[in-house]
This record gives sequence, structure tokens and C-alpha cells, in this order.
Amino acid sequence: MEQSFLEFQNVSFQYREDSPIVLDDVSIQVNQNEWVAVIGHNGSGKSTMAKLMNGLLSPNEGYVYVDGLLLSEENIWEIRRKVGMVFQNPDNQFVGTTVKDDVAFGLENHGIPREEMVKRIAHSLKAVGMEEYEDHEPHRLSGGQKQRVAIASVLAVAPSMVILDEATAMLDPKGRKEIMHTVNQVRQERDVSVVTITHDLNEVTLADRVIVMNKGNVWFEGTPRELFEQKEDLQSIGLDIPLVSKFAHELKGLGLDVKTQPLNHEELMDELWTLHSTT
Amino acid sequence: MNSSMVIGQYVPGDSPVHRMDPRAKITIIFFFVIVVFFANSVASYGSLALFALLSVGITKIPPRFIAKGLKPVWFLIIFTFILHLVVTKEGNVLFSVLGFDVYSGALIQGVAISLRFFLLILITSLLTLTTTPIAITDAIESILHPLKKVKFPVHELALMMSISLRFIPTLMQETEKISKAQASRGVDFRTGPIKERLKAIVPLLVPLFVSAFKRAEELAMAMEARGYQGGEGRTKLRELALRKVDYAVLVLFTFVIIAVFLTRA
Repeated sequence: MEQSFLEFQNVSFQYREDSPIVLDDVSIQVNQNEWVAVIGHNGSGKSTMAKLMNGLLSPNEGYVYVDGLLLSEENIWEIRRKVGMVFQNPDNQFVGTTVKDDVAFGLENHGIPREEMVKRIAHSLKAVGMEEYEDHEPHRLSGGQKQRVAIASVLAVAPSMVILDEATAMLDPKGRKEIMHTVNQVRQERDVSVVTITHDLNEVTLADRVIVMNKGNVWFEGTPRELFEQKEDLQSIGLDIPLVSKFAHELKGLGLDVKTQPLNHEELMDELWTLHSTT
Repeated sequence: MNSSMVIGQYVPGDSPVHRMDPRAKITIIFFFVIVVFFANSVASYGSLALFALLSVGITKIPPRFIAKGLKPVWFLIIFTFILHLVVTKEGNVLFSVLGFDVYSGALIQGVAISLRFFLLILITSLLTLTTTPIAITDAIESILHPLKKVKFPVHELALMMSISLRFIPTLMQETEKISKAQASRGVDFRTGPIKERLKAIVPLLVPLFVSAFKRAEELAMAMEARGYQGGEGRTKLRELALRKVDYAVLVLFTFVIIAVFLTRA
């Protein structure tokens, strides 16, 4: 049995008493070293869920446990150290005047001694491939580079979990690829759980598990493969499936025997060229 | 990136003046500005001018950068000089121009005051030319540190300054974007009477302010997520350290001050 790192127990949330309920009795968990993608269209409560995970918001009802601790006023700073967060807008989370200063910001907040700081900055910038940009100012970096610095800033604090709250939404396709590549890399090198909140279904294919949010409820929970098998249902709540999956569905509709739901081009290709082989 | 993105007038370099501790530089400039007003003889002005020019020389900054910094004040310097020539009536009449008598005392006074002005601007612009804005911020935080005892928010002030510095280029880019967007809808920023042009700025400022507030809110949330809880218990990456060169310059400057007071008329 895998160790659960983060757990929501019957969490409900609304911004004000008279405003609509954003999350309604949600119970989920994220295991250690797991990559969970949360999708859902605007207003489904997915971003709110992210902010509840590190105490930027606190639930009206229910409990949030992080690493066995019940989130409360007393341990909030300890929990924020364990749960790092990367936001959507690359510019609005860059605090330092240079890359180095920005990575240092989180470390300074947690009172890390200077010698240790220097080491960690070098290490985490290397992990995201930005070590050559140490002294660059933010306006000389691309969006993707800024987001990588944001990831490095989070990693420097050595969290057990990283939340990417639509971190790729404002990037071009190249920037998105950079970020996903970086996240993949980091996952291989360190023991971190990853939660990606996203619109992008291609990002979902990389995750171990997907949680689909709809109107404040968990609508689906399972692997990406399982998710993309239910094409019509997904479309009924306003979400679409990736092109590759759509193609596989069409093939099935034509009577071809596509066995497993492909997640990317290679899998689809493998599926196609082995289609008629009998062994 | 275009040159307008450069904040302040910092000219990168590797001279001893560049490498000096910004606190030492600020201290020297602070006392220089005071001492300039005590100078009243050739020798006292001379020693201050020598110190200033020597500093400029060591920085190896091309004179055109320095001239650029002085540009807005040339008019003021010349104006004061002429004013003194016309108004002061001491000493002997040297010559007369267009019916105005120019006195010898006026000439001396004019030169002295203009020189005082020139030295002030020169030495203060040397600070911004050789020090990055962020280093100046650090120095201010360090110098004001004792005020923490009387509950003065020194750390918050420094953080505010450094965040402003960091967002200047971002907001400038944004201004450019908004002004292009508005121009494409027919707003004319460049021609027409002043009143019309001022009116045209409103559709530029409103979206800029709205977005600046939104940015501030998001930034605050990001800072909180990264564990920011005020200045208590914080460590700092950038450290300021007084080194030999700083002490040497401070000692040298002390001699200059002594020289000024000894040679006063």
C-alpha cells in the first residue's frame, strides 16, 4: 500500500457565505511520489483545491491533512515548506531582481544559512537547466524560463510535494514542453509528489492518476487511459480528449480492434502496426 | 531588449569604485554634500574637486555617460552663474557688458556657486553610475537597520524598494502594450493640443492600474506560498562587507574633510 501524503476529508469551501459553493464534500488523496493531474473547466473548483492544499485558503468544512498533520494556523508555515506551489502567471511570482535572488527568496524566508543557500541555489537551478542564467533579470527571460526558475525556487526549499497551478497556461507550446520535461526530470531525481492543475489534456497523459472536477465535485478518478475511454461522458461536461485518443475512438467505431487506449503517438503507432498480427 | 529597459543609469564596470561597499559610498557622499557647503577658498574647493575628479577617473566610465547625467542641470549651473554676475555688487568693476557692470566679487561668487553645484551633481551621479539599484537598496536597509529599535519598518521598506525595481521593466512593457492596443483603436498620444493628449493618457493609465493591482495581489499570494512572513527570522543571500578598499577610501576622505576645514578662509 502506498503512503498517502496529502488527504482531503469531506472538504467543502465557499469564498463567502452568500457565494456559491466551490468545493462540495470533496475527499481525495495524493500518495508519495505520485503525479496527479486535476482537470476541469473554469469554475470547477480545481484552482481552489490547489490553494487549500498549502493553506492559502482554509476549508469551511472538512479536514486537510498534509504528511499526517492536520492543517491549522500553527503548522501552516511548516506545511508550506513541504508543499511548494508554482502559479499561472510567470511574471507575478518572480520576487527577486535576478534569477539567483528569486530562488533565494524562499530560502531566506525559511531562515536557511547563507552557505547552505548558495549550495541549494546552484543545485536547484541545475535541476531545471537554468544554471547559466543565474544573474539574469526577469525581463530578459522567456515565459518558459521564468516558470522553470519558479520551479527551481520551489525545489530549493526541498518540498515533498509540488503543485503546478495552471503553470503552463500562459506559455507557448515550446514553453509547455520545457516545463513538462523539467517536471519529468525532477520526478526521476527527487522524491516528490506532483499535482498539476491544468486545462491541457496532453499534460494529463503524463500523470499517474487523473482527478476530473465538475461543479465542485470529483467527477472522475482514475488513470489517464481509463479517462480517455469515456469519450462521450467527458464531452458532456465540456472537456475533450486528446487527438490521439479521438483517433483511436474513430478507428474503433469503424470496427477495428484497438485494444488499449493509446496515450501518445508511439502507442497509437504500435497499436496500428500490430493490429493484424496474430501472435 | 531596448535600452529603455535599463533601470537607472548604472554603467557596469570592475573599477575599485564599482567594487566598493555601497554603504561606504553612501556615507562618503552624504558627508561630501555637507562639506561642499563649508568650502570657501581655492584650496578647499580644490581638494574637494580633486577628490571628485579622481573618483570619476578611477571608475573608467566614459565621460559621455557622466555628461548625460549632468545634462539636465547644466542649465541650472549656467543660470546661477549669470544670476550671480548680475546681482552681486562687491569688489571692483572689471568690465561692463550692455550697461551692466560686472564686479570681481560677482565673478568669484559665480564660479564658486557653480562649482559647488557641479561637484554635488557629479559625486551623487557617481553613486548611481557605479552601483546597481539593488545594491543601493541593500545599503539603505543596512544603514537604517538601527531604526528597527523604534519600530521603523526597515525590512519592509527595503523589500518594497526591491520589488518596485523588479517590476519597473514589467510595467514598462505593459505600458507599451496597452498604448499600442489603444493606438490601434484610434487613440492619438502624439499630436493635438496638450489638453487632448492628457486626456488620451487616461485610457492608458486605467488598465495599467487595474493590472498593477491584480499583479500585486497575485504576487502577495505567491510570496505567502513561498513562506514569506515578514522580516523576522529571515536570512539574507546578499551580504555587504566592508573591505580594505572601503577603509582606505574612508580614511582618504577623512583627510579631504580635514584639508577643507584647515584651508577655509
